[in-house]
Amino acid sequence: MFRHPVTHSKERILYVKKLSTDIDSILEKYPGEPQYLISLLQDVQAQYSYISEENINFICDHVGVPVTKAWSVVTFYRSFSLNPRGEHQVRVCCGTACHLKGADRIAEDLERHLCVEREHTTKDMRFTLETINCPGACAVAPVVMVDDEYLGSTNQADVRQYLKKL
Amino acid sequence: MEKITNIEQLDLLKNSLRKARESGRQVVRVCLGPGCRAQGADKVAAAFRNAVRQQGLPVKVEPLIKETGCHGFCKEGPLVTLEPSGLFYSRVKPDDVEEIVEKTIKNNEVISRLLYSENGTVYKSAQEIPFYKMQKKIASRNVGDIDPLSIEDAIANGAYQAVAKAFASMTPEQVIKDVEVSGLRGRGGAGFPTGRKWRSAADAVKKHPGPVYVVCNGDEGDPGAFMDCVVMEGDPHSVIEGMIIAAYALGARQGFIYVREEYPFAIKNLTIAMEQARSAGLLGANIMGTGFEFDIRINRGAGAYVCGESTALFQSIEGKPGEPRAKYIRSVERGLWDRPTVLNNVETLANIPVIIENGGEWFSKIGPPNSTGTKAFSLVGKVKNVGLVEVPMGVPLSTIVEDIGGGIPGKKSFKAVQTGGPSGGCIPYKLKDVSVDFDSLTKIGSIMGSGGMIVMDDRDCVVDVARYFLRFLEEESCGKCLPCRLGLEAMLEFLDNFAQGKGSLEDIEELKSLAKAVQDGALCALGGSAPNPMLTTLEYFRDEYEAHIIEKRCPAGVCKDLITFHIDSEACTGCGLCASNCPQACITGEDKKPHEISQNACTRCGTCMDLCKFSAITVS
Ligand SMILES: Cc1cc2nc3c(=O)[nH]c(=O)nc-3n(C[C@H](O)[C@H](O)[C@H](O)COP(=O)(O)O)c2cc1C
Ligand code: SF4
Ligand code: FES
Ligand code: FES
Repeated sequence: MFRHPVTHSKERILYVKKLSTDIDSILEKYPGEPQYLISLLQDVQAQYSYISEENINFICDHVGVPVTKAWSVVTFYRSFSLNPRGEHQVRVCCGTACHLKGADRIAEDLERHLCVEREHTTKDMRFTLETINCPGACAVAPVVMVDDEYLGSTNQADVRQYLKKL
Repeated sequence: MEKITNIEQLDLLKNSLRKARESGRQVVRVCLGPGCRAQGADKVAAAFRNAVRQQGLPVKVEPLIKETGCHGFCKEGPLVTLEPSGLFYSRVKPDDVEEIVEKTIKNNEVISRLLYSENGTVYKSAQEIPFYKMQKKIASRNVGDIDPLSIEDAIANGAYQAVAKAFASMTPEQVIKDVEVSGLRGRGGAGFPTGRKWRSAADAVKKHPGPVYVVCNGDEGDPGAFMDCVVMEGDPHSVIEGMIIAAYALGARQGFIYVREEYPFAIKNLTIAMEQARSAGLLGANIMGTGFEFDIRINRGAGAYVCGESTALFQSIEGKPGEPRAKYIRSVERGLWDRPTVLNNVETLANIPVIIENGGEWFSKIGPPNSTGTKAFSLVGKVKNVGLVEVPMGVPLSTIVEDIGGGIPGKKSFKAVQTGGPSGGCIPYKLKDVSVDFDSLTKIGSIMGSGGMIVMDDRDCVVDVARYFLRFLEEESCGKCLPCRLGLEAMLEFLDNFAQGKGSLEDIEELKSLAKAVQDGALCALGGSAPNPMLTTLEYFRDEYEAHIIEKRCPAGVCKDLITFHIDSEACTGCGLCASNCPQACITGEDKKPHEISQNACTRCGTCMDLCKFSAITVS
């Protein structure tokens, strides 16, 4: 599985969600056993939008797994992000039904429009562009999800317009 | 709710809940399945609650508003059905709600504008609509009917009755026997007989006493399918009940549901359903006062397709990278933590309670002898009635696509159907009467798969589709074994070349032999079945491959490097929408006059075609 290299550029304005909750309250939810590694990483990512090196170390201490093992997990699974994510998640469905209706062209258009490759975040940390598989809304393919909002039967111009209004 | 401490109590509860239902109170069901949600159904549901509250209806008239799972007919969403009138309203907008309350709920008037019509016939209720008429629902029996967040609603519909029956009158051995008799085969793709799987696991535990696990596969990796999502969201109790029965048959005390992280509503509904079941005494310690103990935990997938594979899934539950292992160790004997484990798909488990309640005999009479029961499909792509369907096995494919699905929209023609997702194959129009069952589909080179059914018309290119699935698998390959890691990459290169009009006819032969090597050498079925879409399209649509290679032409007009866009000067109104959106700024023309594309600068990004409101962009 292709993984993107870690880039920690200083100029990035860090957008960190709900930074105030500290990691302990997440750790407490699971017993300290290796099987909870993935669940913990997921919860940490849900809280902070990404997984920092520091937090990997905390999690490893808690579940009793060597740090190298945790890294092999973090880099294996596609949904883990080692970089902070943008303020808005733009997810283009590239499932089969959407593919047949031109989802790829929408994804390409967004890459050009936002000046960012898919699975990456814009420089100003406003948008993270991702592709996803079918969320079950094929009836209105092609589908783009912006945060929790579905844009159905959409096209390049409609998505751009929607992003502009955010 | 009161805790259920013996089996009779469940029956009493069910009967009293049923009685309460018969009070004649009106019910409004708003579909909040994934398709309707994407069309704004949540706003419709909110509008109903608001309208009812504001109107201050007398208790007798105030309807019960249920937010249900997918009704199946997603294309016509958001859907609203009413009881007792049985009315079926389609494409309901929040603005329609006030009128529905005023006219239909208060005065029993039908709003004909909201009724579904097809070929001039107007349908008042769902049962009359051709889309629903030919279906038979077993796995999705309660989806769309019950409120998935209310265990009372599920119990009134008969949930947990099968568990009660098994506890009261069946030994674990009898449960396994009944599942064997039913002939149920796994709905996750491979079609392995479920009864036989349970039997092997039970035997393995006898040989090596100790823990045994029941795992539900809700990873639904097929990128164009959503049946399992709909069942988990719309009727979580059927999955939980199926797991309890499996646990009883095997003596398991711990179960796991592995759900794709991309299904937040499925995770939420399952979590709530489990909590409700625990506090009702239907899950956890001492279920229904019988002393039987079984609990379930949810594991969220982390975006790896390969984790749908059994051994990879177990690795993932154990907190490790999801890499499959060789098949010579059977996972029913050594699965999770090297202990006997039964892994079943969501739909398989949702069938179990019905089998136990009605008997395996009954189930075995539905469908052909070797493929019993029904199968749910997500019918998508170039078909009129996009949605979720469940049909008895053995119906002809054309019945699903043409009668239930309503055929191909517009003036285009039915070209092929892809079943089984990335591991499946492409069935051409000429085989449209094939019986949809495990064996018939395998015979023609495709597979039943988990239930994705993608309809293609003559504007879909088979080379592009084969390439799409192969690219998906190449990206998702875990990289553990070489035939898959490098083989898929090499195969993709051939297809990329074909899509650009490069390559030669010898390449086709070379591609085939490479495919054979990958099939034979891959460690798990991800690699092993990866060549299927390519091989079936090559078998049934060889001329299309040749058109790409020899004539440098994509007959369907999809492959970017082989097409050019033109503007039809008759259709173009000169609105300028394309010109202002073209990233290359290569469309020119005067206002209100037909425009033109400068071919030198055009990158064939397709934006103009997607945006044009007058279908004035032609492809050649
Ligand atoms: C690469 C790969 C992906 C799979 N993905 C799924 C899946 O998403 N859902 C599923 O139920 N089965 C999936 N399977 C099949 C499972 O390995 C397994 O056969 C199935 O869950 C067993 O349940 P069943 O007998 O009830 O079908 C996949 C298999 C492979 C090789
Ligand atoms: S066939 Fe592919 S996915 Fe399966 S083990 Fe080998 S590399 Fe991994
Ligand atoms: S494929 Fe995009 S919503 Fe189903
Ligand atoms: S989601 Fe409403 S009908 Fe499928």
